[in-house]
Amino acid sequence: MFVAATLALLVAMGLALARALLGPTVYDRVLAVNSFGTKTVLLIAVFGFLTGRPDFLDISLIYVLINFIATIAVLKFLKFGDLGTPGGDPGSDREMAE
Amino acid sequence: MEVLRDIASWALLVSGGGFCMIGGLGLLRLPDVYARMHAAGITDTLGAGLILAGLMVQGGLSLVTVKLFLILVFLLFTSPTSTYALANAAHRQGLAPLLGATPLDSAATDHKDETSSKP
Repeated sequence: MFVAATLALLVAMGLALARALLGPTVYDRVLAVNSFGTKTVLLIAVFGFLTGRPDFLDISLIYVLINFIATIAVLKFLKFGDLGTPGGDPGSDREMAE
Repeated sequence: MEVLRDIASWALLVSGGGFCMIGGLGLLRLPDVYARMHAAGITDTLGAGLILAGLMVQGGLSLVTVKLFLILVFLLFTSPTSTYALANAAHRQGLAPLLGATPLDSAATDHKDETSSKP
């Protein structure tokens, strides 16, 4: 039962990787990597059940959050050119890149 | 009771895996980055929801189920936000959506020019 879900997830991750490699625009790649990360979360959870180790769920719990933050950071970098000065005053930030 | 639980979680897990594959296929096949976001959304909400629900049924009333429920809640909050941020960044950068093209010929011209919009 878990093996079937694991195989389905691995196939889906392969498809997401294919889109990440093929993707003409950089936003396809960001979308594919984000989808790949979500599937990794599910894979870790299912694999934790497969091997009977409940502590895998903590890993997938953290992975969900990190995946979200990574996507937002990449998008901010794409939009503004840099991730802003750490703790810099707002005046020094570049204006919104239209 | 145990058999019933196994059957329920088996059905949820397999259908969740199926929806994840459908989402992955849609990610690959759809012609435009804005259309592909729908496919990515399928995996984030339905695929993940069914798989996590299948695991929750298997987990029963325990801390494991609470963690699975938290994963589902975080996923349901963060996935629309990240898709919105992606669409906003893509649109602001000038990536015009593919309008008016029928799926067949727009897929053919996908590699020719990604950014110009069809009349």
